[in-house]
Formats: sequence, structure tokens, C-alpha cells
Amino acid sequence: MTADLDDLAGAVLAEVARQGGPDAAATVRAEHAALALTRFAGSAIHQNVADEQTTVHLELTVDGGRTASSATTRVRDLPDLVAATLAAARLRPRDPDWPGLAGPAPQASAGSPDPATAEASPADRAAGVAAFVEAAGGLSTAGFLQTAALTAVLVTTAGQRVSGATTSAACDGIARLAGADGVARSMSRRLADLDCAALGARAAAKARAGVGARPVDPGRYPVVLEPAAVTDLVAGLVTGQFNAKAVVDGTSGLRIGEQQFDPAVTLVEDSLAPGAIGLPFDVEGTPAQRTELVRDGVPVGLTTDRRTAADLGLTSTGNASEVSATWGPLAVDPALSAGTGGSIDDLVAGLDRGLLVSDFWYTRVVDPKRSVWTGLTRNGVWLVEDGQVVAPVSTLRFTQSYLEALAPGAVTVGSDVDPQPTRLSGAMGYNRVAVPALRLAAWNITGNATG
Amino acid sequence: MMSSANDVSGVEPAAFDAATAAVEAALAAGARYADARLVDRRHESMTARDGDVRSLNQTTSAGLGVRALVGSSWGFAALGDPAGDGDARRTGARATAIAEASAAVPGPEMELVGVPAVQADWAGECLEDPFDVPLAEKGDLLTGVTATMKAAGVAVAEALFQAWSTRTAFVSSEGARIGQRIRECGAGMHCLTVGEGETQRRSYPAFRGQYGTRGWELVRELDLPGHAERIAAEAQALLTAPACPSGETTLLLGGEQMSLQIHESVGHAIELDRILGWEAAFAGTSWLDLSQLGSLRFGSELMNITIDPTLPGALGSFGYDDEGTPATARDAVRNGIWVGVLAGRDSASVAGLDYAGSVRADGYARLPMVRMTNVGLEPGPHTLEEMIAATDDGVLMEHNRSWSIDDRRLNFQFGCEIGWEVKDGRRGRMLKNPSYTGIGPRFWSSLDMLGGRAPGEWRAWGTPNCGKGQPGQVGHTGHGATPARFAGVRVGVRG
Repeated sequence: MTADLDDLAGAVLAEVARQGGPDAAATVRAEHAALALTRFAGSAIHQNVADEQTTVHLELTVDGGRTASSATTRVRDLPDLVAATLAAARLRPRDPDWPGLAGPAPQASAGSPDPATAEASPADRAAGVAAFVEAAGGLSTAGFLQTAALTAVLVTTAGQRVSGATTSAACDGIARLAGADGVARSMSRRLADLDCAALGARAAAKARAGVGARPVDPGRYPVVLEPAAVTDLVAGLVTGQFNAKAVVDGTSGLRIGEQQFDPAVTLVEDSLAPGAIGLPFDVEGTPAQRTELVRDGVPVGLTTDRRTAADLGLTSTGNASEVSATWGPLAVDPALSAGTGGSIDDLVAGLDRGLLVSDFWYTRVVDPKRSVWTGLTRNGVWLVEDGQVVAPVSTLRFTQSYLEALAPGAVTVGSDVDPQPTRLSGAMGYNRVAVPALRLAAWNITGNATG
Repeated sequence: MMSSANDVSGVEPAAFDAATAAVEAALAAGARYADARLVDRRHESMTARDGDVRSLNQTTSAGLGVRALVGSSWGFAALGDPAGDGDARRTGARATAIAEASAAVPGPEMELVGVPAVQADWAGECLEDPFDVPLAEKGDLLTGVTATMKAAGVAVAEALFQAWSTRTAFVSSEGARIGQRIRECGAGMHCLTVGEGETQRRSYPAFRGQYGTRGWELVRELDLPGHAERIAAEAQALLTAPACPSGETTLLLGGEQMSLQIHESVGHAIELDRILGWEAAFAGTSWLDLSQLGSLRFGSELMNITIDPTLPGALGSFGYDDEGTPATARDAVRNGIWVGVLAGRDSASVAGLDYAGSVRADGYARLPMVRMTNVGLEPGPHTLEEMIAATDDGVLMEHNRSWSIDDRRLNFQFGCEIGWEVKDGRRGRMLKNPSYTGIGPRFWSSLDMLGGRAPGEWRAWGTPNCGKGQPGQVGHTGHGATPARFAGVRVGVRG
């Protein structure tokens, strides 16, 4: 596959030179994506899809700042693609802040795709779903099992050439009983790493423990957040705070270099880590790297692309994406380091009175600068008293600053990292966020099922 | 490629040939029903920031998507840019093979509600093709308005336009053969101001802009330059405005915020796949119970919501949905009573209903699924000015800033960009960070005045970013909306 993509990218680059002359600056990315997802509801597979496509992406700049980008799945019409992109670039106004192209830089890795995951069949995915359903012991189940494979080659007229491949697999499901839902999720580079039966059993146990939920009054509660809920918190921080565009725009509330978070908090972005699923380079051709975002509670880094790096006097961390012009350079493989707080049960044992939260839902930022988000709990909340789960609680609304939730003295980090699927950026639908559970001193509950 | 094309849609005969070959192959492989869409979609977007064009993107997404039904199990396969008959047939056969794998974990028996096997050709109206408007003109528009806002002192000024042109050849094993072309277009702008520990935003006409199944005439009518200075001044003023008070009060909402309210708390709630539990693990379910269809009170007597994909120019309009069902208007809520759902051929059959028509896909590579079309509120008997005059104590909120609602579409909390005190029948001080929260049917039952009588108050707002499905799909939906007043709403929720 890489050879075919090499040929495609090379052909586009040659066409750029032929049509645009030596002054045309171009980044060409040829990408082959295969994504298959088997969805189930009511304990039956109701949607089952597979798609495969090769896409050529071209970013072309003339006159040192007239840039147009294009992409097509019509890979037999490449001269037309170049001609149209060149025409568009020449017609648009010049951008005086164009950050230029990525020059030659070695990539640290070509990725570690898992062939078995890339070749997984519909029957393989159906078997995983059947295992989840069966392990739920008769409870109604719903969810999905996805496998994806991505191969890409990127070349620039400035001499950069990188290539790589990756795979991913994710299983995410709920079990349902008498109005209570329990959830279990996992994500890996390899389908073989997913234990769908164990996930089904965990979801069912959670659902059984959630039957008969009642509301609690709004107020500030100490909480233990399970990894699914922590994923939302981390996603909120990496998209709204550690994204360099937020710093450029003035909407980030980070205090770089200060002890803004509890010393137990260490956060990195690392597509080179074992188990990471991002490609080993970004859409500008910058090789992936390990980027420290928080070290022992101190914000120390941002995710950048070439433009925001130039704006801030930094170098690109390799986080440019299809959407970074609009949403900024987002993390692809964020990971919150494990702490010493032990298991979820250990974290719960440390609560005098508080809430155990499985998952968050529909979280939206209310105040970007303070990173205040509102959202709801989902798939289970429990009241904890004297270190013991005592009763299931119905859906709650919160309005909470994610920055302030991690303040010094407020955080105990669990010892077990549990990679979760969520949507951040990239061509494979889901990103892998590696997170442990957290115990936090306060979480602001602002509503319940009654209003 | 064949030289002739359908008259209106411009869909090439070769596209129907490929779709037909795929359907034939799916049936030959054992499917009892199959349909195929050969989709050719062009998209163009431009963004500008602080007086400079920042991005210009043009994409072409062309390919084949095939759906096959084996027993009660679906399979879907898609391929980018099929090279010919062989690729199309392989994709059709693959869809059937996937459906057979689905049957390893089967659901109950299921049929498809009947639709006429239409042979038709359709195109939406487009007076000025957005792809024919010179890029320089588009760039001048966006750089001009962002320069104006920047010069007015804001921290960040951004603007964008987007346009889509989609040609679809649809073929089903029941004999449908439909060519369709839809052009969509829209634009918008916003600015940010940064104060001590806070940011404020103002947008026009909405955060991501206003969109419709129309041409560039829609963008010209928006008159972005005519509003740039005003929103920049409002964004500045918000920094020093008092915060929206906390408590229970009379709430007046502008039309754009009402479109979001309708989308989130009505549109998604009446999606039949959610009601049946098919989206339980992701998008969520619905508080609505099918046994109460036709009798449940959703809101006050003023609440009349229609599902209408026939609205000319609205973003959720089409001639035929992606199952080949002709566009038809129907009621969702009439005089406050829930009477209709957004349905597809399979979900309607499972629910015992006799209509479909609300199934759409995001391009060729995604499975068609139940989506909003145009779900909107009919105009009411009042005007916004009458509502203000009739309010002793309340808050007027406009332009959505944040939105969150639970997985049953009951408990919502929405924030707006700007608010105003309403005291003794007059619009008073500007308020920052306005927000409100409620429970869907209780909130809609508190609707006591509804605008739309004044010219221009009712408008079909376009939402170009409705997310649903796994793999993720982005839907384009329309929402007729007017200003409205609600009694006894909790406002000013703090974090």
C-alpha cells in the first residue's frame, strides 16, 4: 500500500512542478483508510458498515502566502486537482503570516500497525459483539466494535518525506436493566487486546448496581471519576486549554510554569508511546513527538502546529490536522499518568461522602477562560458514604471548572491506566485517551432529573 | 463517462449504471433487498481571521455506498471512486457479506414500510451557484468584515463561508431510480474580546453562520458587512456588562436560539431510532414513549412543530431522502400534542407506523440513518416587541453560545452570547453570560407568547453540524423559528 501511495504523492508533486513551476510550494498527502464498525442495540447487530478509500490531499502555496487546500477521492484526476488548486491559490488574497512548509526532518517511527486488526473480518467483529452480549447475562445491550487501518505518505516541495501506518480497535457498550445503564469501553492498537466478554460483564454488573436510582440535591460533592468520565475531563483540557490556538486567541486559562494543578497530575501527548494509535507525523509533515503538557502539576507545554508555533515563538509539536485551521492543533494521543491512589475501590474508600461517577455526556464549555463546562452524568452515578457505595443516583447536571477541579490538594490519581476511545481529531473516528480514575475534592452538581 | 445527463440533476447515466450493478451484485450474493447511492460531492470553504484569508479548502468526495438486507440484518459497504462495473459489483457483494455476518447476532424479524419505486430527477433551486462566485470576491467579503471587527478593537475576528454541491444517483432493488442535485451554501462571522479572566463572543447571524439549500444569494442577503461593527461593539460592551442574574424569571428567546432549542429538545427527541433504543449507547434514547403518540402533551397550545423537507431553500430540504422516499410535510407536534416522528423504512415498520422519509447519509461512505430534515416551529400570533411590552420582569437572550442536554433529551442547559434585562415592558441593560436550564416538556408547556407576526421574525435557520452515528456523521438540518416567551424559567446557572 505504501508503494502505491508513494507513487500517487510523487505524481502530484511532479504535476505541481510542471503546472506551478519552481516557486509553487506544496504539501502532498496520500492516504488509504479502511474503517469497519459493527453496531448493536437490543442485543442484536443493527448496523454493520465497512468503507475503504484512498484520498489525495494537496496544500499548495504561491507567492509566499496564497494557499489553497484540496482533497479528492478521485485519484485518477490528479492533473485536474493540481490545476484547480493552483487556480484557487492564485485567486485568493495573500496571507502575510503563512508559516511555510515543513522541511526535512527524520521521523522517529513509521508506526506499528497490527496486520490482524487491519484484516479483521465482519465475522471477527460479530464474534466480539456476541461475546459482549453473552457476557451481559441476558441484559439488553448496545454499543459497537470498530477496527480501522490507516496508511499515509506525505511529501513536500521543501524536501520532507514521511510515511507510516497505524491500526486501532475499540469496543464500547452498555448493558441496560430497568432504566439503569452500565458502560464499559476499551481501545487499543490491536483487536486482540480487547476482551469484549469482560467488557460485557463489567457493563452488566454496573447496570445491576444502578437499578433504583434516586436524585440527590445539587451542591458540591467530592467525586471519584471512573476512566470514562476522566476521558471527558482530559479531552476538555487538551482541546480548550493546551491547544495553542486557545492561547493565541486568549481563551486559555493556563498559567504556564506555575503550580496550577495538583502535583499528582502529569499529562503528555505522545503518538510514539507503546499502544498509541496516531500516525507518526501530522498533516504538515512534522514528525510526532512526546510533548509534556503538565509535569507534576505544572503546565509546561502546548500542542502546536506550524502557524500557532510561529505565533508563540515555539516549534511545531506535530499536531496539525484537517481541522486545526478552525479548531487549533489538538492532541491525538493524550495520556494522564497513573498515580498512587490504587484501584477505583481504593479511591472510593477514601470518600467520606461523595459520588462515584461512571461517565459524562454532552459536555460543553460555558466559560472558556476558566474552562467551566456543563454536562450530565451518564451510565451510572452512586452515592458513597464512609468509603462505601450505598445507593445508585439518577442523572445529574454539573457546571464545573475543569481547571479548578485539578487544583493543588484536590486530586488523587488512581494507579491503573485504562485506555478509552473518544473523538478528538484524526481520520480513524476515535482517539485513544489513556487515563486512570481520579478522586477530586469537589465537583459542582447544579441540577438533577427533576430540574 | 456517458455524455448525456439527466436534465435537472446533471447525474450522469454511468452513475446509475454503477449503482445498478452494485444492487444486482448484492441481490446475487443473497440479499433480499439492496440499494445503492453513487454520490459526487464537492465542498468549498474559506476562513478569514483579522483581515487575512487563513484557509481555502476544496474537496471532492466521490464514491459508492451500498446497503443490503439479509433476513432482518443490514450490511453496508462503501468504496471511494469505483473504477468501473467490477468495483461496483464487489462493493455490492461485500455489503451482502457484511449483512450475513450481522445475522450472527440477529434481531427480530423486520420488514420495510412501502414506498413508491420512483423514477425521478430533482434539483433544489439555486439562483447563483456559489462555486461560480469568484474566489477573490469571497475573499474580499471575509477579509473585509474581519478587518472591520478587528479595527473596532476586538481580540480575534473570524469569518467563514461554506458551499456544497451534491449529485446522487439512487437505485433500489424495488425499482427506484432517482437523480438528485442539492446545492447548499452559507456564511457567518464572529469576534472575541478578552477581559480580566473572561472572554466574550458575538456572532452574526449565528456562531457557525446561516445556511440553506440555496446559492450565493443567501450570503448576499445576510449582509455581513452591515453587521460587523455592531457585533464588535457588543462584544466589547459585554466585558463590562453585569452578569445575568440567577433565579427564576420570564425568559424571552431570539429566533436563532429558538432554532437550537427546537433542534436539541424536540428534533432529536422525535427521532424514531432513538425512541426504539437503537441509539441507546451513543446518541441516546428519548423520553417519548410510542404508546403516547397522538395523546402526549409536549408543550402549550402555541407549540406547532412540523417535519417539512419541502420548505424551499431550508437546509434540511430535499426531493427524496436517501432511501428514495419522496419529501413530504407532516406534523410532529400540533397544538402542543405530540403526533409525529422522524422515521425510516425499517424503524417505521418496527414501530407499526406507515411513513418514513427522514433517512439521510453524510456522503457515500456512511450508512443512511434517521436524521432531522426541517423540524421547525410554525409562526405564532405575537411579535417580539409585543412580548417585551407584555413582560414586567424578565431576560431576553439571543445567539447560542453553548448547549448541553441529557441522553433522553429532557434536562437541558443552554448559554447565549448576549442578554438584556426586560423591566416594565422595556428592554433594559445588556447582560453577559446569560444561560437557562429546564426540563423539555415542562419548558415547552411554559411557552406563553410566540412571535412570527412581524415581517422577518420567522426564519428557517440552518444547522450544518448535527452529529450523530458511529462512524460519525455530520447532518445538515433546518429549523423554522421565531422569538418566543417562556414563564418561570431558571436562568443564570453558575459554575
